[in-house]
Amino acid sequence: MAETPMPLWEVFIRARTGLAHRHVGSVHAADAEMALQAARDTYTRRGEGLSIWVVPSAAIVASDPAEKDMLFEPTASKPYRHPTFYTVPDEVGHM
Amino acid sequence: MTTIAVAETPLSLGLLRLADTALVHAHRLSEWCGHAPMLEEDLALANIALDLLGQARALYAYAAEVEDAGRTEDDLAYLRDAPQYRNLLMAELPKGDFAFTILRLLLLAARDQPFWKAASGSRDATLAAIAAKAEKEAAYHLRHAGEWVIRLGDGTVESGRRMREALAALWPYTGELFEADVADRALIEAGVLPDPADLRPRWEAAVNRVFAEAGLARPAECWMHSGGRSGRHTEHLGHLLAVMQHLQRAYPGATW
Repeated sequence: MAETPMPLWEVFIRARTGLAHRHVGSVHAADAEMALQAARDTYTRRGEGLSIWVVPSAAIVASDPAEKDMLFEPTASKPYRHPTFYTVPDEVGHM
Repeated sequence: MTTIAVAETPLSLGLLRLADTALVHAHRLSEWCGHAPMLEEDLALANIALDLLGQARALYAYAAEVEDAGRTEDDLAYLRDAPQYRNLLMAELPKGDFAFTILRLLLLAARDQPFWKAASGSRDATLAAIAAKAEKEAAYHLRHAGEWVIRLGDGTVESGRRMREALAALWPYTGELFEADVADRALIEAGVLPDPADLRPRWEAAVNRVFAEAGLARPAECWMHSGGRSGRHTEHLGHLLAVMQHLQRAYPGATW
């Protein structure tokens, strides 16, 4: 009998309230419910999380590494986009 | 070879029954470490084993305190022989295949979850605190095992066959989950531990729901094994203890 490989899922964990979910890795699982459990068991063993997202890896649309020059090189010559040319008054605090 | 036996009062016996079942079940689950069908499940089973080991440690520490004979949790785990163990027989059966392991986890967790939930209201403050922590752990064990049983029971021809074989093998050990002897009665009447008869409807509902979704027929009423809670064990427990206690037996008093 041919075995169907377990689908791959990308795992995102939110560590604390107010933070964004962050990609932490991937798991194999037959379906969404089992993927959530596998993510919990694999990536939250040391109290890392308050919330888990799992997304089928096949649903991720990725940029082509071969196109990185076209996509990302042009920004290298535009340092004026970084907010480093003016000072933030101390009273503003953390931005 | 040093072998100890705990002076049994209803409370120390009740604690040993819970602790021994948790420890022996944890050992069986830990036997999958490095051997589970997939990495994710390897971690899941090890996590569950560690939950149970943690419960066993807290219960042994309390049992040692209750006995007040200067013993530690390690003494109770490593220096008692099989006839002194008070675990449910189901917990000591060899790990079998994955279907057997995960169905055993379902059958035990479906009793543990309502048991610990009820025990969190115990008149014994230490036990209530242990129960409050264990209840959350058991709830996850129940969910994890249930989802696997549903998928394997209702999966391929082979997974369904293995699940039915596991169910036929384990069912005669379910009667012991709901036994209550004189010592249990004393604890129940003192409001220390819940009455297993009160937990049975919750257990029935949980396993029946999973069986229905898994396409598994509930086995007919049958003769039930008994004895583990009184120290009458299968031949498997001695082999398990030989492995688990080897280090303390070979190097008495060894510490990390």
